[in-house]
Amino acid sequence: MIRLENLTKHYRSVKALQGINLQVAAGELFAYLGPNGSGKTTTIRILTGLSRPTLGDAYLHDQHIERDTLKAKRQCGLVPQTINLDHELTVFENMDIHGRLFHMPTKERLERIDELLDYVELKERKASPVKQLSGGMKRRVMVARALMHSPRILFLDEPTVGLDPSIRRRIWSLVKRIQQGGATIFLTTHYIEEAEFLADRVAFLDEGRIVTVDTPQNLMARLGAWALDEIINGEMETTYFKSREEAKRYIREQQGSFSLRRVNLEDAFIFLTGKKVLP
Amino acid sequence: MRGWLAIYYRELLILKKKFFRQIASMSVGPTLYLIAFGLGMGKDVQLAGHTYLEFLIPGLVAMNSMTQAFAIASEINIARFYWRIFEEFQAAPIRNIAYVTGEVLAGITRALLSVTVIIVLAFFFGVVLSYNLFFWLAVVLNGFVFASLAVCLAMLVKSHADQALLTNFFITPMAFLGGTFFPVDRMPHWAQKALFFLPLTHASTAIRGASFGHVPDLFSYFLLAAIGSILFVLAFYCVNKAKD
Repeated sequence: MIRLENLTKHYRSVKALQGINLQVAAGELFAYLGPNGSGKTTTIRILTGLSRPTLGDAYLHDQHIERDTLKAKRQCGLVPQTINLDHELTVFENMDIHGRLFHMPTKERLERIDELLDYVELKERKASPVKQLSGGMKRRVMVARALMHSPRILFLDEPTVGLDPSIRRRIWSLVKRIQQGGATIFLTTHYIEEAEFLADRVAFLDEGRIVTVDTPQNLMARLGAWALDEIINGEMETTYFKSREEAKRYIREQQGSFSLRRVNLEDAFIFLTGKKVLP
Repeated sequence: MRGWLAIYYRELLILKKKFFRQIASMSVGPTLYLIAFGLGMGKDVQLAGHTYLEFLIPGLVAMNSMTQAFAIASEINIARFYWRIFEEFQAAPIRNIAYVTGEVLAGITRALLSVTVIIVLAFFFGVVLSYNLFFWLAVVLNGFVFASLAVCLAMLVKSHADQALLTNFFITPMAFLGGTFFPVDRMPHWAQKALFFLPLTHASTAIRGASFGHVPDLFSYFLLAAIGSILFVLAFYCVNKAKD
């Protein structure tokens, strides 16, 4: 379980986080959604012990991230936004060092490396230097490395940024499988469809504050089921309807060019924050 | 504290990958100094009862062990600013003191390796000195001082480019003035007083004394151990500070 109480972070005059209160249940896949600079990475940095909060408290399975820092860190795995593998070393060596950092015995380390490379379908690249891998492969190695010590909580900070759609979907399947294995997953993303597809619950974050927390279905249902986009005076306007028939009736009554589609999570985000989730 | 072993192991792996490049790089400077100053000055120039070549080799040992131990700062910066490996260490359940210990040990290892290279080169130049326990102890203490300083400064700099500046300000003056190429006691009195405050002056004294089989000047050893310990503690605080 993850618990944040009045979590605040200021970098001089910049208020990166402004009193975040949040609870994520054990086994939940939780998405933290917001535009760049909204405080997503700052939250993850605090939760993984990379940064200190200015105010407030954070707990991972009741371990305080500052007071019980080593115990708290043992429970979590981190896949950061930027690739932070040792490019001079092989895939095996990168994972082995991670296992050593988490005090894993040799036998367990060696078994776990084979098991995880099989899991992320990279067993044949075990001896390859990281610099020879593609971007997607590096991401998968980072996920495998973060799982080495069997963390109860996995933090994924923009895990698919910069990847092409087919690889992104492969990472999604991997994330779902990890959750099915019992881990709690805390995911930050600005890819709306990623949160919509993966998350049990979503938090919308804007300027360091949580705007709302709910399931993707409930957030979308607040608007309706169907969205009608139309251009009015050069501006895109979207109207929401409970049913397709209701939307069609509206189209018949109006004149112009319309595009009818299902409501998505981005609609909910724009509706609640007045902003687009731009990368 | 077991975390230090993981950090040290990682540095050894990196060193192993670049072993031949490192050995070549560690050999270039001393070879040039030995040719230019050693052979160039000839065996006729005598200093403190030894040929200049014999005088020079312990100085090169002190200088190279310093530069190689300090070079760990560049490795830390590459890991921190370029590969972002520092975050992997910070997210792991290891104490900052374990991180500093691993990096300082890696610096000392590099220093020992560079000294081995100089001993082999010296042999080819026909010089064999006394490489006794006090010689190696002085090398280790010199490595300890400059590897600890390297960790401190690597945590304080904001970019990889700043690192080169620090090398110019701290290491280069020390390399030339710390008793490497000349006996400090031949300098004017005021200069001797100033050079007394350089750790390399004491490392050169201790290493040269041990190489010539003299009774060790324990003051130099204690002073190096004390400076190293202070810098080691400072390095720990600098790692804590680097978090934000």
